[in-house]
Amino acid sequence: MWTLAGRGWWRGRALAASATGAAHRGLPGPHLMPSGGSAAECRAPDRLCSSADRKEKIDMSGFPVENIRNFSIIAHVDHGKSTLADRLLELTGTIDKTKNNRQVLDKLQVERERGITVKAQTASLFYNYEGKQYLLNLIDTPGHVDFSYEVSRSLSACQGVLLVVDANEGIQAQTVANFFLAFEAQLSVIPVINKIDLKNADPERVEKQIEKVFDIPSDECIKISAKLGINVESVLQAVIERIPPPKVHRKNPLRALVFDSTFDQYRGVIANVALFDGVVSQGDKIASAHTHKTYEVNEIGILNPNEQQTHKLYAGQVGYLIAGMKDVTEAQIGDTLYLHKQPVEPLPGFKSAKPMVFAGMYPVDQSEYNNLKSALEKLTLNDSSVTVHRDSSLALGAGWRLGFLGLLHMDVFNQRLEQEYNASVILTTPTVPYKAVLSSAKLIKEYREKEITIINPAQFPDKSKVKEYLEPVVLGTIITPDEYTGKIMMLCQARRAVETDMMFIDQNRVMLKYLFPLNEIVVDFYDSLKSLSSGYASFDYEDAGYQTAELVKMDILLNGNIVEELVTVVHKDKAHSVGKAICERLKDSLPRQLFEIAIQAAIGSKIIARETVKAYRKNVLAKCYGGDITRKMKLLKRQAEGKKKLRKVGNVEVPKDAFIKVLKTQSNK
Amino acid sequence: MALPGARARSWAAAARMAQRRRHAQGAGESPSLAPRSQRAALYVHWPYCEKRCCYCNFNKYIPRGVEEAAMRSCLVTEAQTLLRLSGVRRVESVFFGGGTPSLASPRTVAAVLEAVAQATCLPADSEVTLEVNPTSAPGSRLAAFGAAGVNRLSIGLQSLDDTELRLLGRTHSASNALRTLAEARHLFPGRVSVDLMLGLPAQQVGPWLGQLRELLRHCDDHISLYQLSLERGTTLFTQVQQNALPAPDPEIAAEMYQEGRAVLREAGFRQYEVSNFARNGALSTHNWTYWQCGQYLGVGPGAHGRFMPQGAGGYIREARIQTLEPDNWMKEVMLCGHGTRKRVPLGELELLEEVLAMGLRTDVGITHQHWQQFEPQLTLWDVFGASTEVKVLREQGFLLLDHRGLRCSWEGLAVLDSLLLILLPQLQEAWQQRTPSPVPGG
Repeated sequence: MWTLAGRGWWRGRALAASATGAAHRGLPGPHLMPSGGSAAECRAPDRLCSSADRKEKIDMSGFPVENIRNFSIIAHVDHGKSTLADRLLELTGTIDKTKNNRQVLDKLQVERERGITVKAQTASLFYNYEGKQYLLNLIDTPGHVDFSYEVSRSLSACQGVLLVVDANEGIQAQTVANFFLAFEAQLSVIPVINKIDLKNADPERVEKQIEKVFDIPSDECIKISAKLGINVESVLQAVIERIPPPKVHRKNPLRALVFDSTFDQYRGVIANVALFDGVVSQGDKIASAHTHKTYEVNEIGILNPNEQQTHKLYAGQVGYLIAGMKDVTEAQIGDTLYLHKQPVEPLPGFKSAKPMVFAGMYPVDQSEYNNLKSALEKLTLNDSSVTVHRDSSLALGAGWRLGFLGLLHMDVFNQRLEQEYNASVILTTPTVPYKAVLSSAKLIKEYREKEITIINPAQFPDKSKVKEYLEPVVLGTIITPDEYTGKIMMLCQARRAVETDMMFIDQNRVMLKYLFPLNEIVVDFYDSLKSLSSGYASFDYEDAGYQTAELVKMDILLNGNIVEELVTVVHKDKAHSVGKAICERLKDSLPRQLFEIAIQAAIGSKIIARETVKAYRKNVLAKCYGGDITRKMKLLKRQAEGKKKLRKVGNVEVPKDAFIKVLKTQSNK
Repeated sequence: MALPGARARSWAAAARMAQRRRHAQGAGESPSLAPRSQRAALYVHWPYCEKRCCYCNFNKYIPRGVEEAAMRSCLVTEAQTLLRLSGVRRVESVFFGGGTPSLASPRTVAAVLEAVAQATCLPADSEVTLEVNPTSAPGSRLAAFGAAGVNRLSIGLQSLDDTELRLLGRTHSASNALRTLAEARHLFPGRVSVDLMLGLPAQQVGPWLGQLRELLRHCDDHISLYQLSLERGTTLFTQVQQNALPAPDPEIAAEMYQEGRAVLREAGFRQYEVSNFARNGALSTHNWTYWQCGQYLGVGPGAHGRFMPQGAGGYIREARIQTLEPDNWMKEVMLCGHGTRKRVPLGELELLEEVLAMGLRTDVGITHQHWQQFEPQLTLWDVFGASTEVKVLREQGFLLLDHRGLRCSWEGLAVLDSLLLILLPQLQEAWQQRTPSPVPGG
């Protein structure tokens, strides 16, 4: 997961706090005093420091479970999640109030554009309320439902959430998706209406929306301005009063949930854990329920929000753990850790990351292959949810087939690759994992299962051997001002979506729910939606399994020869338009040759679209005299050299550019 | 044949006498009296124009005033220097190109020709061509050029449509052009060529063929058809980029070319090269030298040459380019006798590549004898006989390889540049795989 922005940012600020001597504030109460030395001089200046340098350790035994609250903040993009987190940290003295703590989390352009927030940092807050010392663990969640699995794991460590809604914009698609995730996890939901200081703020309207959509009485909404600090204290009080303490047992053997992990090149994997049962200490031998590998705990601590070592962590508490894991795949989100030789029932709900969108990635220039490879390796060190398989294309050379959790995940990954590693790549049009239920006994025997997943169109089994094909579907939520409803419904219908729900969430806002085939939204749906609603509609989606689909394999032929790179699996209803579009793009990018080129799209033996590139009738330099020879020879030789690199399909020469134009992700204009 | 220096001034008169004798002979088969390495064609570049044409990106300058005496002296000096360096004994043709060489005075043309005749053998029947712009060439002036030794004119007529001529930025009208053509034919019967352009923006096939037919009623025995190519940096290019003019349609241009070739064939013209048509044997020997990869010297700013500097002890053919800008070129000529800016030795394979690419532009193509003069070891059959790709081209009717040699068919000539993309790599491959042999003489 992409935690870099969040971690780096808070680490930097904590350092500043420590330099001004304010670091102590976060550690009230005798049981929190460092066990040796003074905090000011022993505070680890940087997480890169080896653990041996840190002598101070906090004793966490003094927090009874009833004084612990585990919660999360969820919100649509820009509704103020990070600003609220800043204020909560300031109020509890975790970070210095005098600093200008402006939220700066959403660093990547794509995050701002596409409505994703980088997950907030996990932090343990100490707060004194009505004479009692509380430990409030703010647990991060990734900001988008591409990561709904990760969100659900993070939420499973919580008992409640703060649902932040902008007083001006009201409920947006992501607000709805987030709410239902929390609702399904049976968490207490505290609605927080933020930005009440804005001129156009209409908190009453938002209260009504919340009541209507989420069935939460309007008097439960807390109205605040995180920016100005108005009424933020009451949020903390609501966390204590309305969220129950975790139901855990310190006496049972250790049972810890991994809800996040990051990779540090000096210290290895740092796992964020929530303890459901038992105690874990430095030096303990632990094991993973998923991999069964065993490790020795080198370091544990809480996040305050920077790492703060502790002797132990107890049931109900949340912190980090370093145990010599070399790879993020060893600390997968949702995994359960237990004490070696004391196995426990793993926490429910663990799944390995399941890519939903696949795309080929190739270096623009093959000489860049190794650089791109090392950039990919570095990026995937921090993101185990990206699957990487080597692939090669006759046209594009050596590359990879990457699997992503969703579209935004893919965009973020690609953008990071470009921004952080300066890698220029060709990303092919994303595809989704189709399935086929086999009927042929022979094939079933061959695959050793009845239902197979088709990632590469070349593996698409023939209809005669298949009972049915399945395609992944998602439940999409669109919230829009009602004047755009008509256009949006037409867009959805064109994308083969089925309306499942429609309601007015207030006088002029509509919430639409559609069941979309995933492949219909993977390329340009979001952009189309934004453009036809002048940017006002918001969209979010969640996994909704698979549905039967009439899928066909479409071949592209050049003078009767199949172009392997362009074989496509497509829905029957879309075959003609997709085939026509590919043929047209090819026509525009294939150079004329000495003979006519027929470009055809075909399903089996049936031609469904055709374009023609006419033969050259004249291709000869008109004037070639004494002064023209050098230039002409140079040009001819360069062209002849370029021709050697062309891919030949039958007798037709296809430049790499033509493949790129057809295969590359591009939005319809 | 060689004229002694003392009688050089009367060379032009002798040449006029010889003109009629030579007229009956065909070009391209002129008898070779000296070895190839001692023969050359000479190109002389006059870099000035009155006005910039919209389509031309050639090396030319619009001067405020030309110091013609200085220019003349430099052209003479450089011609002398290069002739000496080359060790050439016989100059078989001279071509005054530009720019607009008809803007130069006949004295300058005479001075260059006399210098050549003094330095080497310039046979009286050598082809001496001058490019002529219709407006800068009244009949009296053309006669003066004839007296100076010019015996062939190439008229940049370009179009018989006044609207098109204005579009091209030409200074003449269609009637100017026809008058110049008539005067030229009167003075140089059977020795006048005209250029006609095709594929102009918005030009249509029918009207263009009309122009060609009209031209056939007026023209002499030589026509060049040139498809307009839009060159970067020209006004026309910018106008098309900015959509002020429609882009020329390559389909329409191809059709004009095909129809035009057919019309000229019916009128008795031989298409002896991609863009050049002649009847009654009026081929340009000078240009033929380029396509046969003969030696040529380039004199004047930006002129190109290809010769073996035997006079300086060289034994490898070089591609040479003279300094582009006239003032700098003149300074260099005054300082070192020549303005050669760049000399690139041509490798054996490179020369063969040129033999192939240039030779196939002609109707006779590359004969086995011609090829053997450049490459005695590896025959055309060795190079192209076994290639499947070449075989496909032959089967498709683009290319012929037989007892005469290698040449394009009628269809193949129009797409030669596509054919060369297959032939050149084939030549390279055969060259690399050849069994090393002792260095052939010549």
